[in-house]
Amino acid sequence: MAKDKTIQLTIDGKECRVPEGTTLLEAARSLDINIPVICLHEATTSEGLCRQCVVEVEGWGRLAPSCITPAEEGQVVLTESERVIRTRRTILEMLNASVDLSQSAALQAQMERYEVDPNRFPGAKKREREILDDNPFYIRDYSQCILCWRCVQACADDMQYTYALAIGGRGHDSHITTFFDVPIPESTCVFCGNCVGVCPTNALQGKTEYLLEKGLQHNEIRARRRQERQDKRRSS
Amino acid sequence: MFNDPPVSSQLQEYLDQNRERGREMLLPALLHTQKIHDFIPPASASAIGAALNVPLADIFGVIEFYSMLSSQPRAETSIRICTTPSCASQGSGELVLQTCQHLGVDIGEATRDGQYIVEEVECLGLCDHAPGVLVGDEMVGEATLEKIFIPGDHPRSQIYGDPLYLMARAGEIDPLSTEQFQEKGGFEGLKKVLRLPPEELIDMVTNSGLTGRGGAGFPTGLKWKSCAEVDRFPKYLVCNEDESEPGTFKDRALIEGDPFTIIEGMIIAAYAVGAGKGYLYIRGEYTHSHQVISQALEIAGREGFLGKDILGSGFDFEIELRSGAGAYICGEETALFESIEGKRGFPRVKPPFPTTHGLFNQPTVINNVETLANVALICKIGSEEYKKLGSEDSAGPRLFSISGDINLPGIYEITQPITLKDLIYEKAGGVRHGKELRAVLLGGAAGKFVAPDQLDVLLTTQGTREAGLSLGSGAVVVFDEDVDMKFVLHGLGHFFAHESCGKCYPCQLGTQRQAEILDRNLRGQALPGDIERLEDVIATMTDSSLCGLGQTAGSAIGSAIKICPEYFEIEEVSHG
Repeated sequence: MAKDKTIQLTIDGKECRVPEGTTLLEAARSLDINIPVICLHEATTSEGLCRQCVVEVEGWGRLAPSCITPAEEGQVVLTESERVIRTRRTILEMLNASVDLSQSAALQAQMERYEVDPNRFPGAKKREREILDDNPFYIRDYSQCILCWRCVQACADDMQYTYALAIGGRGHDSHITTFFDVPIPESTCVFCGNCVGVCPTNALQGKTEYLLEKGLQHNEIRARRRQERQDKRRSS
Repeated sequence: MFNDPPVSSQLQEYLDQNRERGREMLLPALLHTQKIHDFIPPASASAIGAALNVPLADIFGVIEFYSMLSSQPRAETSIRICTTPSCASQGSGELVLQTCQHLGVDIGEATRDGQYIVEEVECLGLCDHAPGVLVGDEMVGEATLEKIFIPGDHPRSQIYGDPLYLMARAGEIDPLSTEQFQEKGGFEGLKKVLRLPPEELIDMVTNSGLTGRGGAGFPTGLKWKSCAEVDRFPKYLVCNEDESEPGTFKDRALIEGDPFTIIEGMIIAAYAVGAGKGYLYIRGEYTHSHQVISQALEIAGREGFLGKDILGSGFDFEIELRSGAGAYICGEETALFESIEGKRGFPRVKPPFPTTHGLFNQPTVINNVETLANVALICKIGSEEYKKLGSEDSAGPRLFSISGDINLPGIYEITQPITLKDLIYEKAGGVRHGKELRAVLLGGAAGKFVAPDQLDVLLTTQGTREAGLSLGSGAVVVFDEDVDMKFVLHGLGHFFAHESCGKCYPCQLGTQRQAEILDRNLRGQALPGDIERLEDVIATMTDSSLCGLGQTAGSAIGSAIKICPEYFEIEEVSHG
């Protein structure tokens, strides 16, 4: 493949020349056009899940997810058309109805940008689950999980090759789980922390950070840890 | 830990035999285990993971994806009652309640003796025998409480059409006799084309104008050509018999009545594109079809129609039968590949397309059952004769599955352009009990409702397109004036919410929000602004979903808003 081939296209009325293989998202960024994304992360595989980065390509029947759509010669792209805005706002409204987004600054900013009505879907089923606090390193609060898959991908082929996590359920009931939903210490988890690192919300959070946010002091946390270790030694 | 029986010797033996093949044997191994224990015990799942080299968490993810697999003990016999439109309109909701009451359980709860569990299930392809129920492995048509516990004969579809081409043999011959099959023209097409260079065969199918009969209507010849042109091997030929579009049962009737035609079509397609191996993926609920095609494949292999040097042509081809496990999404071609590969049935991002990167990332052609029956026919009578059937833009005979409140439900093979009105009133005897027509659902759950004043639409690709409709899988579900349309719409909403794979946000969230609004609507508790909410949800799913399921999940409901706004509670409660 000739690396030096370039593509010319128009985004929001601006001409743009990019190397072949560039995505529409990257092309827009080269013009300082800011397309919002939710699931995308540079270290994990793009699967086109959130569709928040959709754009309108002239002549195409449906909106295109810009994170995985390669730029093509002569394309005319709109990144903030009425259709695009309707999709982005509705996705955020539907997501906000299912998931606790209050601790995600990035998503709050997007909700502001698209003038989201936080109560657009009254009576919606929430994906609630009590906080899972089953290991010394991180907590899992899946009521904040937006199913971006990054933790599963990081645990598997994108980073750690540990395969402790999987997606369970289906449709709206999808959730992150382990083998037969066992606690993390009984799974193949090696506590590398990559999943916590890529989590875009506070669904996965370092235990210390979590306890500090709950108002505990460092010395209290240390005391608690000591106690946990002693308990464990005694029981084994 | 809960009930965790040790690995059975049966499973161990199975794993020893299939160890070499790795992950692609995951779904068969899980189905095997499910049969032994009525669920997948953790110890068995671990043994499967060790043998097939699959991470344990992944195995659990796969179990959780498929409705027919269970990680918890269920019951010996599942009573699966269809609740999709055709059956819902014929009282399946009532039947669910009766059965639960009779057994003293709730839906999804096993009887105390562990004998039975009652489940609602998506379309069983028994639409013309509604309500349909699957009891264990037995299909029960025109089901009543009594018939559920004393199943009778396997329900067969009435076949209409004169002359018949695709359905000429179904019901007329012993489906497992290659002799009778050949007496009625079977394998004639195959014998002719095995002498042709593959390019000529592809030209012939292209020239015939055949388009796919699975729903999307892509030109078959073009699909074959783009796969044949790829110089990368091995290539695969996949037959999609994951028929599960509510209201569709023609593929089941074809497989059960004339399985060798499908095998013939598969060999021809494989020869055209240079595939050495085929997979026939049949939905898990089609237990009877599975038995028939499994025997037919064995017979075909024994008699030299499959395997090495087929009919002395030098062409080698084998077919492996695969069973689904309860997931509508696996009818989507790339989700079906994922399923065969032993993964959750998530549709892939396209491009790349299957013809270059399909099953196991290799060049693949995937065709629907009825499409392959058409292929065999084209090869037998030639593309010129074939083109005389159907219309200019919709070549060849086409099967329509008609069910609901209709006098003569069944499968209609149509060879001349016909309007929906004539199909319903001239061919299928009109609305049952002399009732007025309320609406027709054309193309299944992914299709659209047609109002009584729109029946003049011509049932061709062009005709339906002009009317803003689509033939889809050829499903025609008729509803009379007594239909509780809010109940039907609620059922459709529930269907998509249950069958969304959950991969992309518009569908994962949109199908749920849609179901919630339709649920309120059914209960007479619609909120001000619900129509606008629904319209935003549908527009978002249609415009932005990753695959065809999400893109059409609001299609029928959106059409109902348009043609019959009275189906929706739109009394605005005052804001005062």
